[in-house]
Amino acid sequence: MNDFIAARSQMALSLGFHIIYSCIGMVMPVFMAISHYKYIKTRNPVYKNITQAWSKGVAIFFATGAVSGTMLSFELGLLWPEFMKHAGPIFGMPFSLEGVAFFIEAIALGFFLYGWNRFNQWFHWFTGIVVGVSGILSGILVVAANAWMNSPSGFDYVNGQYLNIDPMKAMFNQAWFSEALHMTLAAFVATGFAVAGIHALMVYKKRNVGFHSKAFKIAVFFAAVAAILQPFSGDIAAKSAAKRQPAKSAAMEALFHTQSYAPLVIGGIPDTVNKRNKFSIEIPGLLSFLEHDNFKQEVKGLDAIPVKDQPPVAITHYAFQIMVIAGMIMMLAGVLYFIALWKKKSWLFKDWFLKLFIISTPLGFIAVEAGWTVTEVGRQPWIIQGIMRTGEAVTPMPGIVYTFYLFSFVYFTLSLAVIFLLWRQIKMVPQLYDR
Amino acid sequence: MLTVVILFLFFAIVLYFLLGGADFGAGIIEFFTSDGNKHRTRKTMYQAIGPIWEANHMWLIIAVVILFVGFPVIYSQLSIYLHIPLLIMLMGVIARGTAFSFRNYDAIKDEKTQALYNHIFTYSSVITPLFLGIIAGSAISGQIDPGANTFASAYIFSWFNWFSISVGFFTVSLCGFLAAIYLIGEATEPNDVQRFINKAKALNLAAFICGGLVFIAAEVENIHLAQWIFGNVISLTAVIAASISLVLLWITISLGKKMIARVFAAFQVTMILLSVGYRHFPNFIILKGGQKMSLLTDHAPVKTIDDLGIALLIGSLFILPALFYLYYSFKEKNKDAV
Ligand code: HDD
Ligand code: HEM
Ligand code: HEM
Repeated sequence: MNDFIAARSQMALSLGFHIIYSCIGMVMPVFMAISHYKYIKTRNPVYKNITQAWSKGVAIFFATGAVSGTMLSFELGLLWPEFMKHAGPIFGMPFSLEGVAFFIEAIALGFFLYGWNRFNQWFHWFTGIVVGVSGILSGILVVAANAWMNSPSGFDYVNGQYLNIDPMKAMFNQAWFSEALHMTLAAFVATGFAVAGIHALMVYKKRNVGFHSKAFKIAVFFAAVAAILQPFSGDIAAKSAAKRQPAKSAAMEALFHTQSYAPLVIGGIPDTVNKRNKFSIEIPGLLSFLEHDNFKQEVKGLDAIPVKDQPPVAITHYAFQIMVIAGMIMMLAGVLYFIALWKKKSWLFKDWFLKLFIISTPLGFIAVEAGWTVTEVGRQPWIIQGIMRTGEAVTPMPGIVYTFYLFSFVYFTLSLAVIFLLWRQIKMVPQLYDR
Repeated sequence: MLTVVILFLFFAIVLYFLLGGADFGAGIIEFFTSDGNKHRTRKTMYQAIGPIWEANHMWLIIAVVILFVGFPVIYSQLSIYLHIPLLIMLMGVIARGTAFSFRNYDAIKDEKTQALYNHIFTYSSVITPLFLGIIAGSAISGQIDPGANTFASAYIFSWFNWFSISVGFFTVSLCGFLAAIYLIGEATEPNDVQRFINKAKALNLAAFICGGLVFIAAEVENIHLAQWIFGNVISLTAVIAASISLVLLWITISLGKKMIARVFAAFQVTMILLSVGYRHFPNFIILKGGQKMSLLTDHAPVKTIDDLGIALLIGSLFILPALFYLYYSFKEKNKDAV
């Protein structure tokens, strides 16, 4: 492994780790607020227990999210100093606003976690809402920064100089809306399915059914709504990517040749040497339709892009397929949930129904990681699309391979620790909350 | 707007030192507390920093964001040449933050895992401010060498020198001192109060010694620290004010006025930062050979600085009242409740 690959892997690792915690940090406060609201309204202690049990989990995740985020704000410079030197002043706006949002989130979290029985209950409830809203806002803001890397705007690039910088224009670039919408929904899908799955498992095992089935209900509702909406926002994202990053789109779809009636390629193994897909199913015209609302429209393939500007095809294609498959399964689960809710109440406690959600536990997070792989690997070899190559941005310091090993070790240990702690939380539910 | 941005940067750094520093200090004190008393120290500490510790560390993020948006050249220069100490500091941040919340939120509080969390927490509470100090010292030490052609001279000696390291130890002792003064006011048992007073005395002495080391190291490395600090009116005044407030601090403590003592401690540290900061302003980094990177010239384009300034001003409208209310609620209200 050379230092350049190590730097990229380290960035990917850190972001892939952080995104899990940020999804949870954005969504769990919303779940807690719902359950807290139900408690205030019904005075049913189970809801208070759920809120408190969740808030302990959230405190663990929040700390991990905060430290990994702090790492990231340094890593941007540690690994990509040349990028930050030029990009900082342009795409920094969302980061400064995000700093504000984080700050408010951290303050509100202090109130929320330590505020039981200290404040007016509605004030206490409101601080929970503030945690959620500022979490979601910060998510949207960072994604706007990432969208700028995919769709640079707000400056003129003249002879290697970045002139006429306008940070607000840079923030509201072409990609920000589609990415922010898709990401926010993704956070709900991923966290929702993970939480619902864990509580479904407990219901399935007949442990503290009263507690877990109420918790399941709150989580699954959001998960289902978001999962049904997600493919639509994915379609918006795909159209937007096709417009600004034809190379990424082509790699995503493994479309080697520019053509009209372009097919949607499902599955298969991209063969980059012979420029074709093995074992794939192709539906003629569907890709043209998805990207341009028109079956006939010509779609740019990889052959329209110089080889030195092409992203790795196989990784991007596989990642895209994984995201879409996971998305489809979760959408189906969401639809089934609503059928159960409205027409077939008896399904709700059937084994097969619970099993469906148990199996889906990791799917949302798998889709999130895959989706980010599409976005980031699909942008290669550019760190700023069309402007700066990733290779020009990397730090001159040798030995990044070793820092990559160090980070891998740290994140691996932390993940184990978090799983361990979560397991202990769940194990203690009967003692703490079931009387 | 540039002035506004620079002021925010200075405030973020000072506040991080005062609030985050006291947090680190709490861990440093735990590190130096005998096993029998550790439990009590921890309890006092947890009451003191539990609700606010997340917010305290946000000042670091704010400072970093201001640096990379407003002064990207400075940020990337530091990131390249101080990669290693930054990395170690980050490892400290990770270990400390996670250990602190894990030990409180672990659903099963058995001895073995608690002991592990405590170990990680106390060690990283010392290492993190040590390296923060090293980083700060290195920025002005004149040892960062963009022309370096070996790994060691570019990435090691930029921070591994007497001056930076002694600044690191000075920082550690100051953090511990701040925290001790702070905890005196939190403790409820007379025994604990006395313990923290003793700790504060010891750490005060340590800070003196480390401060002396900084001066000696500066001479060794050919840095004219004494001249920087005593050679201009403002810095000199700040140093004198710091010394006076130290005397007043001990008087107030012996009178039992714990809250006022805190103010003096904070004031004293602010003055120390001011005396160094004033002499250096507007320079943020001094490179080998005396070349300087300055906040007044090496900043982002004006449009960016303007927008950043506006964002910071609007942000502080939201943040400051909320933050004050947070401190107020958990400090003053608590006092009544107990
Ligand atoms: C629960 C998670 C999840 C699910 C079910 C889906 N996605 Fe997704 N997708 C993401 C989570 C995600 C993501 C991790 O959040 C990404 C990465 C960057 C972004 O903005 O969202 C993403 C990126 C992303 C991109 C790249 C956007 C860009 O680079 O600008 C496209 C084209 C799609 N998605 C399309 C889809 C389609 C057609 C789906 C149909 C089922 C789908 N996604 C389901
Ligand atoms: C949290 C979700 C994200 C994930 C999982 C993610 C994932 C990745 C991956 C896989 C790479 C390596 C690509 C490669 O080398 O082939 C990468 C690179 C990078 N990402 Fe992201 N990314 C995320 C969000 C962001 C955001 C929000 C930013 C900045 C605003 C960002 C900035 C970068 C940078 C600077 C690189 C290195 C340069 C490059 O390889 O293009 N990423 N990321
Ligand atoms: C798509 C990518 C990202 C999303 C959606 C996201 C979202 C979030 C959220 C919601 C939090 C709050 C943590 C929690 O509640 O657990 C958080 C924390 C943090 N993130 Fe990210 N983030 C992303 C990428 C990044 C990047 C690229 C950086 C740095 C450059 C970053 C810096 C931070 C920092 C500094 C914190 C800690 C703030 C605190 O103490 O609360 N994030 N992020």
